[in-house]
Amino acid sequence: MSTDSNKPAVQTTGHAWDGDLQEYNNPLPRWWVWTFYATVVFAVVYWIMYPSWPVGKSFLGGVKTITFQTSSGQEVTTHWNMRARLLHDLQNGEEAVKQREYLEKIANSSFEEILSDPDKLAFVRSAGKVMFADNCAACHGAGGQGVIGLFPNLVDDAWLWGGTLEDIHTTISQGRRGYMPAFPQFAENGKVDNLADYVLSLSGEQGGDPVSIKKGEAIFQGEEGGCYYCHTKQATGMKSLGSANLTDKIWEIANVPGAKTYEEKRAEVRKVILGGIQREMPSWKGRLPDETIKILTVYVHELGGGK
Amino acid sequence: MIKHESIETNAGLLIILTLVAISIGGLVEIVPLFYINDTVEDVRTKEGYEAVRPYTPLESAGRDIYIREGCFLCHSQMIRPFRDEDLRYGHYSLAAESKYDHPFQWGSKRTGPDLARVGGKYSNEWHVQHMIAPRSVVPESIMPNYPWLLENELHYADIKKRLIAQKRVGVPYSLTDEEYEENVKRFGPEVAKWLDINRAEENLLAQAQANNYDGKPEKLTEMDALIAYLQVLGTMVDFKQYDESYFVKFRVSKAGGTDSE
Ligand code: HEC
Ligand code: HEC
Ligand code: HEC
Repeated sequence: MSTDSNKPAVQTTGHAWDGDLQEYNNPLPRWWVWTFYATVVFAVVYWIMYPSWPVGKSFLGGVKTITFQTSSGQEVTTHWNMRARLLHDLQNGEEAVKQREYLEKIANSSFEEILSDPDKLAFVRSAGKVMFADNCAACHGAGGQGVIGLFPNLVDDAWLWGGTLEDIHTTISQGRRGYMPAFPQFAENGKVDNLADYVLSLSGEQGGDPVSIKKGEAIFQGEEGGCYYCHTKQATGMKSLGSANLTDKIWEIANVPGAKTYEEKRAEVRKVILGGIQREMPSWKGRLPDETIKILTVYVHELGGGK
Repeated sequence: MIKHESIETNAGLLIILTLVAISIGGLVEIVPLFYINDTVEDVRTKEGYEAVRPYTPLESAGRDIYIREGCFLCHSQMIRPFRDEDLRYGHYSLAAESKYDHPFQWGSKRTGPDLARVGGKYSNEWHVQHMIAPRSVVPESIMPNYPWLLENELHYADIKKRLIAQKRVGVPYSLTDEEYEENVKRFGPEVAKWLDINRAEENLLAQAQANNYDGKPEKLTEMDALIAYLQVLGTMVDFKQYDESYFVKFRVSKAGGTDSE
């Protein structure tokens, strides 16, 4: 086929395939060519500014610099690099400076001072929320409501390890191990049912057989069960052991509130007595900065209302 | 006037020149890494041993499960030096921290959180619960359930072979006495024991026994291995020992620029 006679004659590459297949050789659009040149210029400027070409055993650092401080306060200026830039951002960035101001205030205030200063408290509430979401929510739930049987509820005002600011601070920084031994020996002889009836009666659950409750009480308060060693004679639990208060209506492990019939409630408590409990709150001291732990302490305290 | 005709009409030459052209981009980025001495940070324990060690046999088995299950399709292991990531996950990842990873798990698909520092963040019980049913602890999670990990017994008959394969690509596990002694010098006597391929099975069982990661002391499951691996991620370097400027040095040129320290 010959070239279209309506169009102005254009150059072809001069190749011909299959006898008559030819290829146009139109010039590139002008905007395209200039954009291309601009990217070349950009690359050259970039090479001059930023780390780029390898040279021997090292590389060209570029002329753009960045300044940060070492922990001893000495100023260091290096060519631009991401690590120095991060330090610079953490030390001098607008957001970071604003936040540091508050973090320093928190670090230098007692818990009481934080609680009585609306400005600091507002900061704790908003920063604490994010910190809680990043570190604690996976276990304790986004709102601190916990998962019954697994991770304690921090919103209610029952505390295994104590609800004062100092108690909560110790819990978070050092972690806690909740441990109760299993009592499989009570499975066969029905004693586990006596114990469960007794435990349920402590928090006012109706439906237990009074004779069974009496028997359970004897095991609980006597040497056979020895439950009182950890739970106390009043069964209110001990802060130093994190042993649950069995007399309130709040359940940590046994899903009594989720059970409908008395029989199901008893089964829940039975499971705890036969299986024991072993669970861990990780320690955060090495992982989170001191101010973060302080903020979380106040945040959690605010969730539950200290007792 | 048109010289590319000779190239375009000669398939062999065209292939060679195409390869040359596209290799330049790769070579320029890769070759210098073999010459630039200190991109990998020198990080030490308090006793002066190398802080980053190869995985123990159990952790290594866990890592293989991590790869088998495709966890990397949703999780990266690379905390970038950005302020937001620093605040959320902790210190940015060092090159040293993945130097024994073959293949590395940096990733760039971040459907779930970065896992580079997940070690020690949660308890073993949480991990078990979260692996078998993520939504039982994080209601809004879209992570799949992996219940079989708690049922499958860990297959470890080939653990020595797996470690030998890693050794071939440069991970310092030891086979001979000399290699063992070398590891004692580099990593200390405690760690060197875990890196001895001859004792791999024994070590694997001992670690699983001692920690009971899956909460089932009577059974060695894939969950044991996976959690052992997750719990060590990002825990080897003690950053408190270092001034931050120390890590910057490994990104500063010795050749040019304006290093005016
Ligand atoms: C791996 C899961 C996990 C994570 C993550 C976690 N916790 Fe806990 N936490 C627990 C468990 C389990 C307990 C209960 C320990 C016990 O049985 O005594 C607990 C207990 C607590 C208690 C004591 C509750 C009481 O009744 O006395 C507080 C306070 C607490 N956690 C706060 C936090 C904060 C703040 C964070 C985040 C920094 C956090 N937790 C992260 C699992 C976790
Ligand atoms: C070694 C101390 C110890 C002994 C002995 C002990 N407990 Fe406990 N018990 C605990 C601790 C600690 C907890 C809370 C664990 C946690 O929250 O992680 C607990 C929790 C419970 C709970 C769950 C409460 C809830 O809120 O869900 C029940 C029920 C219970 N114990 C009953 C008993 C009975 C019955 C006995 C005697 C057979 C007994 N315990 C003996 C330490 C002990
Ligand atoms: C479909 C994507 C997807 C896959 C595949 C996946 N995950 Fe996840 N993962 C997530 C998401 C989303 C989250 C955040 C919500 C949550 O905690 O469940 C998450 C959270 C996690 C966390 C908690 C991280 C933290 O800091 O809170 C761990 C640990 C984890 N995944 C491990 C694994 C392992 C191990 C595998 C492979 C067996 C895996 N994931 C596979 C999406 C995924």
